Amino acid sequence: MSNLPVLIIASLLIFAFISALVGIWKSAGARITALIGMALSFAAACTGLYQVLHHGTLRHFLGGWPPPIGIEYVLDNLSAFMIVIITFIGMIAVIYPPQAGLYIKPRKVIPTYGMILLLIGGLAGVVVTGDLFNLFVFLEIYSLASYALITLGGDRAVVASFRYLILGTIAGSFYLLGIGFIYFTTGTLNMADAAQLLPSMYTSPAVMTGVALIVVGMGIKMALFPLHVWLPDAHSYAPPTIAAVLAAIQVETGAYVVVRMMLSVFSPEYFIQTLPITTIIGWVSAIGIIFGSIMAIAQKDFKRMLAYSTVGQVAYIGIGIGLANPLGLIGALLHILNHAFMKSCLFLVAGGIRHHTGLHHIPEFAGLGRRMPLMMAGFTVAALSMVGIPPMCGFFSKWYLVLGSLEAHNYVFAGVIVASSLLTAVYFFRVIEKVFARPEEDRPEIQQAREPGPSILVPILILAVGMIALGLANAAIVNGILDKIVAPLG
Amino acid sequence: MLELVMGRYVYVMIVILLAIGLYGVLTKRNLVKKLIGLNIFQTAIFLFFIEGATKLGGTVPVIDPAIGTEAEKYINPLPHVLMLTGLVVGISLTGVALAFLIRIYRDYGSLDDKTIMKEMNK
Repeated sequence: MSNLPVLIIASLLIFAFISALVGIWKSAGARITALIGMALSFAAACTGLYQVLHHGTLRHFLGGWPPPIGIEYVLDNLSAFMIVIITFIGMIAVIYPPQAGLYIKPRKVIPTYGMILLLIGGLAGVVVTGDLFNLFVFLEIYSLASYALITLGGDRAVVASFRYLILGTIAGSFYLLGIGFIYFTTGTLNMADAAQLLPSMYTSPAVMTGVALIVVGMGIKMALFPLHVWLPDAHSYAPPTIAAVLAAIQVETGAYVVVRMMLSVFSPEYFIQTLPITTIIGWVSAIGIIFGSIMAIAQKDFKRMLAYSTVGQVAYIGIGIGLANPLGLIGALLHILNHAFMKSCLFLVAGGIRHHTGLHHIPEFAGLGRRMPLMMAGFTVAALSMVGIPPMCGFFSKWYLVLGSLEAHNYVFAGVIVASSLLTAVYFFRVIEKVFARPEEDRPEIQQAREPGPSILVPILILAVGMIALGLANAAIVNGILDKIVAPLG
Repeated sequence: MLELVMGRYVYVMIVILLAIGLYGVLTKRNLVKKLIGLNIFQTAIFLFFIEGATKLGGTVPVIDPAIGTEAEKYINPLPHVLMLTGLVVGISLTGVALAFLIRIYRDYGSLDDKTIMKEMNK
């Protein structure tokens, strides 16, 4: 028993309230307190990853009640990997200045940072918990926080957020109904215990219904085509910091739950052979990749393009799950990490451009490259990484996915991944060409544009450098941790 | 078929409630009606858990020396506790959604889905 798994969550949830209280006393303190909470959590997450890699799985029994009676928090390879990503992106989101990232003046941030911490805390809780019902509770915590945060984007964002609330709640309810079926057949809510009891009941219709409901619910949460309808509106109207967090880690958490169900609660064979779940996820994702990329090409609004691009990129993770072989799943997990860096960087760039020039239509970006060279350099790194150009990290996850498809003799998936890289190139090179190659237009927004201050640049450049570093270190990540996670697939 | 329905009529009703809720969410144009549909959908799931916990002849799960300690004689308390949490989640969601509806009505002067869509695309 170790206290580390619960410390990651507790520092986020406690500081969510401290941040709001300090904010009432002194509004500038809200952000600093939130940053302290995030940093503590990130430090605990990194320590957790180190300990998990060296000493194996860490468990914490809440209230001292051992499982299967009590709730346990488990930090194993998969959750330690995810939690470091989540807390890191959360920290970047808190560092990014609120004027650019949340459309609000620094004085009005009092409840906002508490809400961001609740969002990150909920996501971290989903990843760490070893209890099926507790997962539902954390799912709703982060969902509620994200509904509230999306509305900071203005009038349209409220409507988008309401639609997302309806669909998100249906997703959560499907999950709850699913675990209901599993609870009433096995009599347990603990994941490890359920994994022991379930194999003898795999053919029972109740268990099959439960699995189907859970996967459909998580399909909505991870915006798998055709359940993605809520995503483009919610992500493009949300303020940039929130859009970055949602696209980078929230959507991926849905994918994490599917992987967790496949590896830890049910057996991979059950998802592959008994029920055709992975096959369905794979083919649906293949359509989603093409659909998301084509829709992204058609968009003129920068953030809306990024939102459709998220639909396509999440489908890469879906394809990796759908392949259900070790190489494919390594690709999917690596893409969770890479996409978190790439998409959050792009949304933060979008926020910076909008804050400094007021522009958000891509055709108006002409000449920005000379006005804000460093920020656009960060954008270019992220865009090239999205396209999949080595040594940026985006290349390697696609590489593993293609290898996985070839190993499975699924040449359609391999073709889809390559074709989608070309489509991604189309929509990003369009922006790069506008930004760098076109002459400046004689408009005040462009003429007065200048490099943003370090408060905006530093988070973007950290992510940009991170993308190159992850690309160079990808062999270490794959050998060090991802290989162990996918071991159950054999 | 009839026996199956009679033996499990509570579950049949839960399925009907789920269907009514989904129907409301997916087809109604008024956002308040969508929210009501969502509430019906959630309530059906709560009832599903409660129904799963009942036992014929079971009693309140407080150990009574007169009844003994056999689990068969007590209703399973866990699903009830789970649904208490579920209710809290449901209430929070409804509260947040109603707050959104107030803001939407102030901004657009309507709660009709199509009218709001028209206003948004202007």
